[in-house]
Amino acid sequence: MTENGTTTNILISGVGGQGVLLASYVLGQAAMKEGYEVKQSEVHGMSQRGGSVVSHLRFGERLASPIVTQGTADFLLSFEPLEALRFFNWLRPGALLIYNTLRVNPSTVAAGLATYPDDIHGRIAETWPNSRGIDATLLAEEAGTAKATNIVMLGSIAAELPFPLETWRDIISRVVPPKTVETNMKAFELGRAAAR
Amino acid sequence: MKDILSGNEAMARGAWEAGVRFAAAYPGTPSTEILENIRNYEDIESQWSPNEKVATEVALGASIAGARSLAVMKHVGVNVAADPLFTASYTGVNGGFVMITADDPAMHSSQNEQDNRNYARFAKVPLLEPSDSQEAKDMLKLAFELSEEFDTPVLFRTTTRISHSKTMVELGERPALEPLTVLEKDVPKYTMLPGFAKLKHPKVEQRILDLAQRAETLDVNRIEMGDPSVGIVTSGVVYQYAREAFPGASFLKLGMTYPLPQAMIEEFRSKVEHLYVVEELDPFLEDIIRLMGVKVDGGKDVFPITGELDPGSVARLLTAAGAPGADADLLAEPGPGVEGLPMRPPTLCPGCSHRGVFTVLSRLKVFVSGDIGCYTLGAMAPFGAMHACVCMGASIGMAHGISKVTDAQGQIKNQSVAVIGDSTFFHSGITGLMDTVWNQGASTTIILDNRTTAMTGGQENPGTGKALSGQPAAEVDIPKLVEALGVKRIAYMDPYDLTETEEVIKRELAVPEPSVIIAQAPCVLQFKIMNDPWTVDSELCTGCKRCLRVGCIALSLLEGEGEEDTLVEIDPVQCNGCGVCAQMCRFDAILPPVPVEA
Repeated sequence: MTENGTTTNILISGVGGQGVLLASYVLGQAAMKEGYEVKQSEVHGMSQRGGSVVSHLRFGERLASPIVTQGTADFLLSFEPLEALRFFNWLRPGALLIYNTLRVNPSTVAAGLATYPDDIHGRIAETWPNSRGIDATLLAEEAGTAKATNIVMLGSIAAELPFPLETWRDIISRVVPPKTVETNMKAFELGRAAAR
Repeated sequence: MKDILSGNEAMARGAWEAGVRFAAAYPGTPSTEILENIRNYEDIESQWSPNEKVATEVALGASIAGARSLAVMKHVGVNVAADPLFTASYTGVNGGFVMITADDPAMHSSQNEQDNRNYARFAKVPLLEPSDSQEAKDMLKLAFELSEEFDTPVLFRTTTRISHSKTMVELGERPALEPLTVLEKDVPKYTMLPGFAKLKHPKVEQRILDLAQRAETLDVNRIEMGDPSVGIVTSGVVYQYAREAFPGASFLKLGMTYPLPQAMIEEFRSKVEHLYVVEELDPFLEDIIRLMGVKVDGGKDVFPITGELDPGSVARLLTAAGAPGADADLLAEPGPGVEGLPMRPPTLCPGCSHRGVFTVLSRLKVFVSGDIGCYTLGAMAPFGAMHACVCMGASIGMAHGISKVTDAQGQIKNQSVAVIGDSTFFHSGITGLMDTVWNQGASTTIILDNRTTAMTGGQENPGTGKALSGQPAAEVDIPKLVEALGVKRIAYMDPYDLTETEEVIKRELAVPEPSVIIAQAPCVLQFKIMNDPWTVDSELCTGCKRCLRVGCIALSLLEGEGEEDTLVEIDPVQCNGCGVCAQMCRFDAILPPVPVEA
């Protein structure tokens, strides 16, 4: 553990356009509401869509760096299986990996220049046994819209974090369109149930 | 009141709290969101400028008129703005004048990794570096105070990890301001004829000495004593990394990094056993500290001169250099990743108007002199259709230079064509085109006019007919401008029509005089243009993969049992219905959406 032993380090990875940054915003606001110090850092690549996106989120009593050091993440939340496999070595031993099982082809694969790894779920399970794959996009559709995939992913990590449901609801209802709050909360609950 | 703000949001807030009246910028990662947030404060007059030099000049004018004013840009923008900066150092200011430079160590989104701290020393102006969002806000206020107290522009340096990291900030308020009603004239102060400038230069030199004195007592420079066996001199976000890596060590935390407080540095040296300078990129602090005659036990001999640091690298490298006390958790070498995973580089969006142009340029094998924008991705596979890209606006001049010394011998592959976006053309492409015409060039320039500054997130530019505020504004007429420069051949093409695009480019390349081709098609992302998806007829698709040459992530190969069963499929969620891939298909296997009957 870093500095005083109470810091939580979360790495969120995905593909540009999937809502990684909104998810990390919700996590950060929830942590702040619960009285933690929060630091978050993100790299958005040079184009807006289609590239890898990574967000670092840290909260605790007292922390300095806004970025997570490789090998010290407590959680990796990946919005796409390949982006889970790419970043698993940011996790500390025994830490938890949760990922969305829906594959999104990188441009290199779309152009026929590279191939997507075979049996990616098997490879993730083999590489990082403490991993849970959830079909977040399907669950989001079940809740009402595929756009809520990132909220399903937030739900999937919620049971692991010390934030009460009211806090999640409060922050989520601030960031989604007013008419979609219930849809998003349903998505959140489905994610929470799926990751158990 | 507290909030979690990015460094860029905090600097915008800091400008507001500092009583800034005027701010100007050209967008560029990682600086763009500073002005986008300043726009939300109605009592700051703010604007995008065509380039960073102009942004600096209008901000300097506002300063001379008595307003606290701000010019904002990414690191390479300061190269463009260096001319006014260096002489503004001589004129000094009236209202405080601050230039924010957003540097990009590790080049997350830049063409080079220059360390703009060097500009402070070169231009002889003070330099401030915040290490989190709270400091980004508070130190910007200090920058304006120092600017007015010492009659100098102030350089304020952020980096990607400050600009794009969110940390908690205590918010303040804005002072009440009186309107500026008197425009004072002072010829020797602001008119840099040699005779007046000669009087100014000694004052500039004295100013740096005075600022160095002031640096000794500024509370942004401070000694934080811990274990005296390890003393770390650092600044910016690296301070946070070093704090995390060596929680018990002693620190000299510098907020003003030029000029440096020599007495404070010597005092710190006397209190610690070993002194290490921890900084990203150039040995900026280290060189100055060594020149003071202060012994440094580790600097760039320990840390790399390229790329970013992080808490882990600071812990490991300084431990290897003999420093005790690193956080044990950070010392483990990172485990190996999975090898051979396909990369996921950024890519042109499905439906992007640039796709057709690069599909054709790739086919023509012409030398493409490129520029800075989303279209720089034309260099990537599968196009490989950009063969040079240096800086904003360079494409046109470089294509002219290439054509001046190359005998094309009637072969397209020996010709060069410049490709530039609308915003980049306004930024600094116009003079290159002027040069081509004036000096009897023959190169062709393709202007990809997508009606926005797309790569940085869709900002207005002089051709969009809107200002930063979103209000209607004058709109540059590109054909008329090009014509006024003396270009006689102006052609148009629909970049979604591959046949037309190829015909027009080939025709203009064949003509031995300068020509401009305008491809006007709005950015699908910025203007939220959504078309229905196309589909693949699996009976007709032969799996030849020719369509994949358009480099679209909506296309993928569907692997069947045998090799011959391989087919292409289109992801209906990602496809934006542009039909460019269908024009590549020789078997009419890609079908347009069926219109829904009314």
